[in-house]
Amino acid sequence: MSATHAAHGGPEPHTSTGVDNVKMAMWTFLGSECLFFGSLISTYLLYHDKTGSGPTSADVYDIPFTSISSFVLLMSSLTMVLALSSIQQGNPRAMRIWLTATAFLGLTFVGGQIFEFTTFVEEGLTLQTSPFSSAFFVLTGFHGAHVTIGVLMLLGVVAMSSFGRLGPDSARPVEMVGLYWHFVDVVWIVIFTVVYLIP
Amino acid sequence: MATAAAGTDRRYFARPTAKTGWWAWMTTVDHKKIGILYGLTSFVFFIIGGIQALIMRSQLATPDGEVVSAAMYNQLFTMHGLTMIFLVVMPMGTALINFLLPLMIGARDVAFPRLNAFSYWVFLLGGLFLYSSFILGGAADGGWFGYAPLNRELPGNGMTYYSLGLQILGIASLAGAVNFIVTILNMRAPGMTFMRMPVFVWMTLVVSFLLLFALPVIGVALWELMFDRLFGTSFFDPGAGGDPLLWQHLFWLFGHPEVYIMILPAMGIVSEVLPAFARKPLFGYPAIVFAGAAIAFMGWGVWAHHMFAAGLGPVANSAFALSTMLIAVPTGVKIFNWIGTIWGGAVRLTTAFLFSAGFVSMFIIGGLSGVTHAIVPHDAQQTDTYYVVGHLHYVLFGGSIFGLFSGLYYWWPKIFGRLLNERIGKLHFWLMLIGFNLTFGPFHVLGLLGMPRRVYRYSPGLGFDLWNMMSTVGAFTIALSIVVFLVNAVLTARRGEQAGADPWDARTIEWMIPSPPPEHNFDEVPVIRHRDDWWYRKYITDPKGTPAPVIAGGADASIPADERDNATASEDEQAHGIHLPSPSYYPLVTAVGLPIAGYGVIYQPLLLAVGFLIVLVGAFGWVLEPPAEPA
Repeated sequence: MSATHAAHGGPEPHTSTGVDNVKMAMWTFLGSECLFFGSLISTYLLYHDKTGSGPTSADVYDIPFTSISSFVLLMSSLTMVLALSSIQQGNPRAMRIWLTATAFLGLTFVGGQIFEFTTFVEEGLTLQTSPFSSAFFVLTGFHGAHVTIGVLMLLGVVAMSSFGRLGPDSARPVEMVGLYWHFVDVVWIVIFTVVYLIP
Repeated sequence: MATAAAGTDRRYFARPTAKTGWWAWMTTVDHKKIGILYGLTSFVFFIIGGIQALIMRSQLATPDGEVVSAAMYNQLFTMHGLTMIFLVVMPMGTALINFLLPLMIGARDVAFPRLNAFSYWVFLLGGLFLYSSFILGGAADGGWFGYAPLNRELPGNGMTYYSLGLQILGIASLAGAVNFIVTILNMRAPGMTFMRMPVFVWMTLVVSFLLLFALPVIGVALWELMFDRLFGTSFFDPGAGGDPLLWQHLFWLFGHPEVYIMILPAMGIVSEVLPAFARKPLFGYPAIVFAGAAIAFMGWGVWAHHMFAAGLGPVANSAFALSTMLIAVPTGVKIFNWIGTIWGGAVRLTTAFLFSAGFVSMFIIGGLSGVTHAIVPHDAQQTDTYYVVGHLHYVLFGGSIFGLFSGLYYWWPKIFGRLLNERIGKLHFWLMLIGFNLTFGPFHVLGLLGMPRRVYRYSPGLGFDLWNMMSTVGAFTIALSIVVFLVNAVLTARRGEQAGADPWDARTIEWMIPSPPPEHNFDEVPVIRHRDDWWYRKYITDPKGTPAPVIAGGADASIPADERDNATASEDEQAHGIHLPSPSYYPLVTAVGLPIAGYGVIYQPLLLAVGFLIVLVGAFGWVLEPPAEPA
């Protein structure tokens, strides 16, 4: 019953712990995601030196470029917070602007990743080159896929808000997408440190 | 929600209304119906997996068997393992969890009813996807743990189906785990504190957390395998510098928690059945609960005992040997608690009780042979022999399956409203117990004699003949016992004794309500004051400790007088009527997209796009459909 209320913006549902059902579900799901990225990062660490005859990480990584795109992604967490704050103050227009900005920054990051991948392939590092390249592309590729799904959810919330379909408690969906978005950002901090910065 | 928007919603996203017939089942979000669907589906897979086992046992009955080819035999043992683990034991546990969890915690449904339906459809379609490989060029044939680099080198699409099929099934389990965790933490009736929850609910919680953290690990391994097979990566290619041991680590880091994922629900069932039929509270409830949690934690630190033969070095081997011996301690705690529960009880030897007793005794044998694996040099002798196969069947069949049957006999009257026949049930139990020991007992001997597992033939004169014949006879005895169970189910479906609400004089609150339970479960959400609350609503304990029935209108002295009369929650649903979640098309629609995308990955990128599009459409419909029928 409380799920029905919860999923459709009824009155604040009563739960045994006081935490909203959807929020708890999102947190448990993100817990699972930690292990997902943990396993991918472990694979990368194992294969970092297994470059075979292909390029090594030092040959291809462009740290300044990736630092800038990482900065762009981190800034998207700021705009995400501003979006949530706008809707909590009852300003859906500002929320839509900030959410669109978040999606734009996310897309910029994904665009940067596509550019990076293309450059690497031109320099001779493809998915098939070595265990190192396989681990690199699959790890960062999965992160890029997560960002892309996040962008889809952000734009979905913007569209629903434009058509007045977020329901009375419109801050909730924004908060949920925000949780996911911040998680994806935090994972990138770990990936950026482990993959790019630690030699 | 704005009225205009709600109007359009109802036009474009009308919710299904069928109450009976096919559509009602395909669009249901009722946890009880979904539980029955899970149970039925997993039972069909149980029969299919059993037939595979019978074919293998026919092949091995005599030396140089000629029933199937080596290639077919490889597919049979791989699919038998995958079926029994992912399509039988796990979903059959999920079936009981689905049906019982909300009833046991006093809820009207799970936290996310549509997600629950989605889990079921993904499970069903994932299973069919895995099985479709048989007619599409051959099923998985690399063993259920699909070791590298064989898994990436095997020709055909079998192992690709393995990597994709298990991914799809993993999505179902992951969604289920999230759902059950939120349900248990958030949907408990007033007064249902953690330490008043039935042990079955506790074990569900523990298993859900195990699934939550174990599935992504094998998920990554399966993705890497899929990339190796389809896109030419070299994760598991030793020639290019890839490390086959990575597969083993990732697989068993999932695989060992998976063992507890399969056994803990059965342990929960036994912890409900034994007290009910011993007419005593569970002995050492906190110890059993903490032992379950301890097993779950320690289960993350024992995975490499599956890899003693891989040569990890003496330090790693010693550490994992120690942790493996240590995990036997909480398991032993549970065993002693169950014995303590029966001890001095007024035991009724019902079929459900017999299956639970069978679980405890068979699991002890399986547990003891398990501890022998912890001794590294001994394990080196046993690795890849029938001894291991014997051990794993004693814990998974003698353990999980016996536990699940105990739960089936115990809760059958609650689920269907009629009792199974006890005489036929006991025949089922004894046939199964004898058949089981006849089948898997000889495996230990065969293993110690040196018969390797996964061989499709053996030569005469090696001393294997007699034991293999015994085992085959046993396997057909088990099959007979399953036929007996089916006869029981069919006979009692029409003419079985009406169960009534509480046929066993049981202890937990699912027995408060009629059998089968009404759609809304509880007319009024009960307020929980005790562990085994239903028992204390029926009985008071006199000073000598003997239970005496509560006289109608009498009172439990432990409840303050002013609370006695309103021992049900005054939730707002009493004022507003009971809101139940409406049926929905979208769980099924969304689920259909996944196997289509799976075929797309193997055969045709266009199909992959179609699959994703269906998932996307399903997800949007899911979000946009109106909450319920207009009032």
